[in-house]
Amino acid sequence: MLVYLPIAEVSVNAFLLLGMGALVGILSGMFGVGGGFLMTPLLFFIGIPPAVAVATEANQIVASSFSGVLAHFRRKTVDLKMGLVLLVGGLIGAALGVLVFNYLKSLGQVDLLVRLCYVVFLGVVGGLMFIESLNALRKARKPATGPGPRKQRTWVHALPFKMRFRTSGLYISVIPPVLVGIAVGILAAIMGVGGGFIMVPAMIYLLGMPTKVVVGTSLFQIIFVTAFTTLLHATTNYTVDIMLAVLLLVGGVIGAQIGTQIGTRLKAEQLRILLAGLVLVVCGKLALELLLQPVELYSLGAAGGH
Amino acid sequence: MARWLILFLLLPIAALAEEVVLGLSHDKVSITTRFEGSDILIFGAVKREVEIPDGPPLEVVITVAGPSEPVMVRRKGNRFGIWVNVDAVEIDAAPSFYAVASSGPLDEVLSDTEDLRNRISIGRSIRSVGAPDTVPDAASFTDAVIRIRQEQDLYQQLEGQVAVDQQTLFRTAISLPANLTEGDYSTRIFLTRDGTVVSQYETVIDVRKVGLERWLYTLSREMPLIYGLMSLAIAIAAGWGASTVFRILRNQ
Repeated sequence: MLVYLPIAEVSVNAFLLLGMGALVGILSGMFGVGGGFLMTPLLFFIGIPPAVAVATEANQIVASSFSGVLAHFRRKTVDLKMGLVLLVGGLIGAALGVLVFNYLKSLGQVDLLVRLCYVVFLGVVGGLMFIESLNALRKARKPATGPGPRKQRTWVHALPFKMRFRTSGLYISVIPPVLVGIAVGILAAIMGVGGGFIMVPAMIYLLGMPTKVVVGTSLFQIIFVTAFTTLLHATTNYTVDIMLAVLLLVGGVIGAQIGTQIGTRLKAEQLRILLAGLVLVVCGKLALELLLQPVELYSLGAAGGH
Repeated sequence: MARWLILFLLLPIAALAEEVVLGLSHDKVSITTRFEGSDILIFGAVKREVEIPDGPPLEVVITVAGPSEPVMVRRKGNRFGIWVNVDAVEIDAAPSFYAVASSGPLDEVLSDTEDLRNRISIGRSIRSVGAPDTVPDAASFTDAVIRIRQEQDLYQQLEGQVAVDQQTLFRTAISLPANLTEGDYSTRIFLTRDGTVVSQYETVIDVRKVGLERWLYTLSREMPLIYGLMSLAIAIAAGWGASTVFRILRNQ
């Protein structure tokens, strides 16, 4: 069934969009990532203009994250306090990110930089997670040799402005989470994604949060950042296609619920290794696009570049 | 000089000798939610005050052009092992849709001079004035626009697709693809003899979004903040709805 999208000005198959929404929704619920880094390239692939794809994707992420976070709220796996601290950083970062983005645009080649950002960050994050999870799995398979060493104290614990995050069982300075929020906000604005795939590992490895609260907390923060982005796109570029968003999010919210269920049945290590694999696959594909000669060297775009 | 003058004086008279009477299956294309493209039947007759002139037969060329807009064409090149956009040329105006149907091979039914004057062939419908000096082969960028849009069925060259009966009746069908931009689609009919245009006629096909499509599009342009908030409200309602439904399902 073809549906004409009023803003994108293309006709697409409604079932294809529902299916894509569901697939990305499942991943979103399982891993606590918004799924933007998967959905945006998929939308390009089916012929949605890039500007519309990026803006509409932000709106869809709001829906799937909201659906996902409610499930986590009921299970009390959202660290609200940590989420708010990260959000403060995130909004500062997003504002900075827009400035950086405009600066890069004035230099030209912003497309390339965005792509390189994707390849480098997805590669590093995916690689680290993959190695770490493999080690964890190997350790888990060996017979238990008593509890592992307690988390060692690092520089993170020596900083001032300490705050107690009860849900996460942490007593750390607010500086690292705010910095993580800022970094993720900057990247989110530049790369046009929610930033979950960077925030999740940062929360686990940098802040030492327990994996089970990481997903819900990350979703909580993503809702606000992407809602902000949606409004910004809708009012400045007029590129949010509500019809496209509705089709994607109907599939997406259902998928997110299923994903959350799957997520609770898998072990944390398994979850992490799957996410790492996924991140590496997307990274590999983007890297190949940069390295292999494209079939069509030319591309068309709107003139006048705002 | 005198010969040219006579030719110019004769031209309007010749043009009046044969005139187009046109019919369209529909002069309005409504883009609805279920829009899957549209076939437009263009048909007509040649009205004559005189007998059919001797010599080469009457040929018909029909063009349908969507609104023209500037297009930025970028070309990738290999730099340090990766493929990046290297050159860019802005095409001043290229129609968003362009179909040219003719009763025979276009270069036979239409002389190059007439093509140049009336901008009939696909290549001539695109206007590209100046490319930056850094790009020596600007023509290949125009070719790229044609190639890419031909693949998307946005540019169509339909040679021999206009049927002409008795040098009087003609008809053709143009299929507008689903990925259509709205606007005024100017439709031109040229009657030619021996490559020269003897008469031409112009009309407009109105391509418009209607109903829900129209309403959403207008809202997004005129009240973007409301539109944005509405998008968010729908997103949050959908997220909440799905979550609630699933919880109820699970509790049963």
